Amino acid sequence: MRKYTPKDNVQAKSYYTDRYWVAPRVPRAAVEEGTHFADVVKTMAHFAKESYIEIGTLVIHIDAKENFEAIKTLKEQCGYTQCSEQSAVDYLAQDGEFELFYQFLNVNEAKRVRIVCRIKQGEAIESIVPLFNSANFAEREMFDMFGIKVNNHPFLKRIIMPDDWEGHPLLKTYPLHGDEFASWYEVDKIFGKEYRDIIGPENRDPARIDRYDTKRFSRVGYEVPFGADISEGEKEQPIEYSETLLVDYNKDSGKQLDHRK
Amino acid sequence: MQQPNKLTPFFENLNFERDDNTMVINFGPQHPSAHGQLRLVLELDGEQVVKAYPDIGYLHRGIEKMAENMTYNEFLPTTDRLDYIAATSNNYAYALAVEKLLGIEAPRRAQVIRTMLLEINRIISHLFFIATHALDVGAMSVFLYAFREREFGMDLMEDYCGARLTHSAVRIGGVPLDLPEGFIENLIAWCDKVDHEVKNTYEALLTENRIWKMRLEDVGVISGEDALNWGCTGPMLRGSNVKYDIRKEEPYELYGELDFDIPVSDRCDSYGRYMLYMQEIYQSTRILRQLVPMYKESSPELMAHAPQYISAPKEEIMTQNYALMQHFVLVTQGMRPPKGEVYVPTESPKGELGFYIKSEGEPYAYRLKCRAPSFFHTGLLQDILVGTYIADVVTIIGSTNIVFGEVDR
Repeated sequence: MRKYTPKDNVQAKSYYTDRYWVAPRVPRAAVEEGTHFADVVKTMAHFAKESYIEIGTLVIHIDAKENFEAIKTLKEQCGYTQCSEQSAVDYLAQDGEFELFYQFLNVNEAKRVRIVCRIKQGEAIESIVPLFNSANFAEREMFDMFGIKVNNHPFLKRIIMPDDWEGHPLLKTYPLHGDEFASWYEVDKIFGKEYRDIIGPENRDPARIDRYDTKRFSRVGYEVPFGADISEGEKEQPIEYSETLLVDYNKDSGKQLDHRK
Repeated sequence: MQQPNKLTPFFENLNFERDDNTMVINFGPQHPSAHGQLRLVLELDGEQVVKAYPDIGYLHRGIEKMAENMTYNEFLPTTDRLDYIAATSNNYAYALAVEKLLGIEAPRRAQVIRTMLLEINRIISHLFFIATHALDVGAMSVFLYAFREREFGMDLMEDYCGARLTHSAVRIGGVPLDLPEGFIENLIAWCDKVDHEVKNTYEALLTENRIWKMRLEDVGVISGEDALNWGCTGPMLRGSNVKYDIRKEEPYELYGELDFDIPVSDRCDSYGRYMLYMQEIYQSTRILRQLVPMYKESSPELMAHAPQYISAPKEEIMTQNYALMQHFVLVTQGMRPPKGEVYVPTESPKGELGFYIKSEGEPYAYRLKCRAPSFFHTGLLQDILVGTYIADVVTIIGSTNIVFGEVDR
């Protein structure tokens, strides 16, 4: 029987699984009183569902509907004036949700905060471009890679993939080597869909290498006559090297590159 | 209105034929000053830029997707291909993020070597910047001189790891090799040479050069507030009078113990940024000189001791059964870090290079996000190019020092 592979997550998985092994978790520390983070938590208390410190970063979970207000408070009242990064994590297979994270930096305190929120599949998130221009490209990339729509974004358009691309590459359902659409993309674009049958899968990739094609490819050390049929395997021949590759005609007057540094 | 057909495809929402006086031009992706694969669509009124739209993605290789399908150690050589001018800084940023996730620390000698390699890479990258920036602006000879010193720096990297461009010189948990014989002497000689050349050749050629000043002064002005808002980091941020260097503010590796200054420029223009790069080269050689005695004092361990995550030393594997078993598991399955998420910023030559890693306790990262400085600096172009002249566009692109391996990923 063929091995079962789940369709909702086609990424590489470990072949070896130990059913009794429970992965440990990175320790999460509570926020200590009197620190800078304690002030942030106090200011953000209205929005925060959960907050803790994980590896030096304060993580605050908020409701996705309040993201703009929460981030505005963080920027204006806590001094987090730079949005370093914004993206998503695909949890559709487990929970039917995306986890969005925003990474912020406070330049004066040299502290970092991560705002985390979750949205359901098909839901949109409010753009934070009015607060942070750096989110402009970041949100476009998130839309491109995950298909998460961002409301009120000035120019929500694919950024890395071509405009007429189908599918969102960082979804867990998207295979590493691309889907059917991706493999025919160039053929469809240059010749048209009706040429798929004429061109065929063997010719659609100009970089494709066929080791049995002795008309267009040869392998060093395994040379065979042009057009020979080697589908049954070929005779191995030892590589012969020329005896005198380098002849030093004039050892004394030639320029030597003995000292480079 | 466009009439797209097979021979004239749809031009990405662009109307090249205008009714008014403006003109739309394509800058790149095959422009010699586009620093790789930047396609910039510029709307011009005469010679003035009215609207700029950076179009990226021509070098997209899906590195973040690949990271989800590779074990942690497998992925490390892929990080070379992000910022290919200074590959070790990417290797290091990734290795550090994984180390933070695992909760391990590299031994002292590995830290010294890593800091050394990072600073060598910083100088290499800055020399590359000065060379290409000068070439873009029109000063050909600086390009030739700077590439000479960069070549010697790449010789040093070659002596250490055998590669000149894609180093993979850092491992998760330490470094693979000790410094080769004669490396320290060559390094000091190179530092002297770089200091001497920067002072007497590049600065002499450029700093007071009338054409250079005319081309760079008050071109590409970014205020400190804008720089923060657009996510600028590194020299772009410090060039806008914001004194923030991750090496100093959030020290990693040995930067907490080292004595160096953070040059800042309050000019906020391309000339200030150029001066900043020059000053940073001096600071890097200063750091490298301080690292030499630290190297000599350190004990010879190179990899962290955490046999559940990192293979034990060879002699242990060859003599002890359990170490061999753990090594076998690590090689065949890959390490399994604990569940959790981490974001670790490092100061790469271009700016803040950070890796966000979400681990679900599997040998494959559940999500890896590379926060590349050049990506955000490219986004900034749509703002600062507006109102400038077409001749300054090349200067501004050059002065942002973007490299497309990490923009497109």
